[in-house]
Amino acid sequence: MSDARAWCFGDDVDTDILAPGLYMKGGIESLAAHCLETLDPDFAADLQPGDIIVAGCNFGMGSSREQAVMALNHLNVGAVVAESFARIFFRNAINLALPVVTCAEARSIAPGDRLCLDPARGVLENRTQHRVLACEPIPAHLLVMIADGGLLPHLKKKLKARVA
Amino acid sequence: MTRPAQTLAEKLCARAAGQESVEAGKIVTVSVDLAMIHDSGGPRRVAPMLQELGVSVWDPDRIVLVSDHYVPAVDSGTAEILNFTRKWARENGVTAFHDMQGICHVVLPERGHLKPGLFVVGGDSHSTTGGAFGAFMIGIGATEMAGVLATGEIWIKVPPTVRLEWRGALGPGVVAKDMMLAMCAALGMDVGNYKAIEFGGSAVDALDMEARMTLSNMAAELGGKVGLVAPDENTIEWLSAHGVAVESDWLRWRSDDDSLLEARHVFDADVLMPQVAAPHSPANADDVLSFRGTMFHQAYIGACTGAKLTDLHMAAEVLRGRTISNDVRLLVAPASTRTTAAAAADGTLAILTEAGAIMMPSGCGACAGYGAGVLAEGEVCLSSTARNFKGRMGHPTSQVYLASPYTVAASAVAGKIADPREFLLEIAA
Ligand code: SF4
Repeated sequence: MSDARAWCFGDDVDTDILAPGLYMKGGIESLAAHCLETLDPDFAADLQPGDIIVAGCNFGMGSSREQAVMALNHLNVGAVVAESFARIFFRNAINLALPVVTCAEARSIAPGDRLCLDPARGVLENRTQHRVLACEPIPAHLLVMIADGGLLPHLKKKLKARVA
Repeated sequence: MTRPAQTLAEKLCARAAGQESVEAGKIVTVSVDLAMIHDSGGPRRVAPMLQELGVSVWDPDRIVLVSDHYVPAVDSGTAEILNFTRKWARENGVTAFHDMQGICHVVLPERGHLKPGLFVVGGDSHSTTGGAFGAFMIGIGATEMAGVLATGEIWIKVPPTVRLEWRGALGPGVVAKDMMLAMCAALGMDVGNYKAIEFGGSAVDALDMEARMTLSNMAAELGGKVGLVAPDENTIEWLSAHGVAVESDWLRWRSDDDSLLEARHVFDADVLMPQVAAPHSPANADDVLSFRGTMFHQAYIGACTGAKLTDLHMAAEVLRGRTISNDVRLLVAPASTRTTAAAAADGTLAILTEAGAIMMPSGCGACAGYGAGVLAEGEVCLSSTARNFKGRMGHPTSQVYLASPYTVAASAVAGKIADPREFLLEIAA
């Protein structure tokens, strides 16, 4: 993966911040435009495709709304690197093939740092700080799902295999 | 070989996986007994995915559909969502469809869908509420739900258990919501992440089923995968009153004495005071005394967390013979139509409306900013709901304080945050 810019947020970034209820009945476009705006009003507008979100503990806590992941996918966020993830968000992300990587040293990353992430190997290089950060490898059965492009394509493949 | 000692969570997962026993940390594929979906994350999201997979639902009799988030419709967009939900129920033969009958987590047990031992998935994060009935009920997202609806199966990692134990007894005016807010403050919002939370101890045993539902509901705020309370006589009695026959061996649904816990946290109910959580996190909770006099514009008694019949009873206990301050408004959205009917029959509604409360439809309403009662720029709300995240109830600059129905009602009378015990003592005096 090529260089990506880091966008840094703190602990407990919740699903109301990622996908505000006020815009839930609209399409993903309007929802994504308001993604993270209560923490950074310029986020959606200034994000470059492939940029990486960096956060502290419990990223994605709160609602089960998948739009929290869809908004990030819609904005072409490359990955989320956090100290830990809320469990429903983590599953939703894997199911929608958004790379989510747990990294104990996420806090060492500064806004705007140039990052290079290999989610499959669990290696994150901070090219600005010239450091390599160790990440938790993603469990094998989930890597298969991400490789298939998410849960739906994965299931499609499985269902086809059953019929055959 | 004798079976190893197991936690309640392990026993429930083992049953669903069709195994004698399973250990925390193991990944298993389980059969789902029941799947709950609602108008927001349900049909409108899963229908295109099922279509893409080219399959229909695995078993319409194991699906419960509830329209609660966008009810009643406030514009043509939400009306479309509700209509689509109805159409999907018809086309897929889902007969357990509760259309505008109340909030899913309350409707589910009320209509007899839950009992001890079941493995249930819900397309909503507060699905943990089902744990109050001894069911392993987890919240999942829409794509995951499409997978369940297609196959009837899901993979899970068997969670380790964190036991949250309350010793002693709650004082007057102090309730389950206060216990939860105190736990959020003490333990943080991720103590239960990837874990099963199990509530226990004498103060939990003494709670009625609706109060236990409040605990299990807000297990989600502790990050828990499930929020279990082992079933007891109360549970079985409540279920039978709601038309549910429970197998005679229900006593097995409890953690074995020597089962392995990941952690145990013990709290003292005797000294607990009413709690208030400041914006923008339930973990910002502290004793009501530190918030006394805080001004707000709207008081809200609503949501699956804080508008069940017993929650309305708390409000009525405070509001009887009193009126709401001219400086604030009080909105009450009963959790279900049955709650409303029961509150009408026992005189509770009359007390609330005479005090000046504005009655709202049964549904999610303002709780998550989907329905009526949302906040304007800079407005402050004191709410009996579960979450006060930034912007959740309306404008991004609005603020929400959380408290029990007792505290919300007492504060609505005072026109600022107040200690409900003073109001209850007055009645007693
Ligand atoms: S009332 Fe609030 S917390 Fe409960 S299901 Fe509805 S939106 Fe979620």
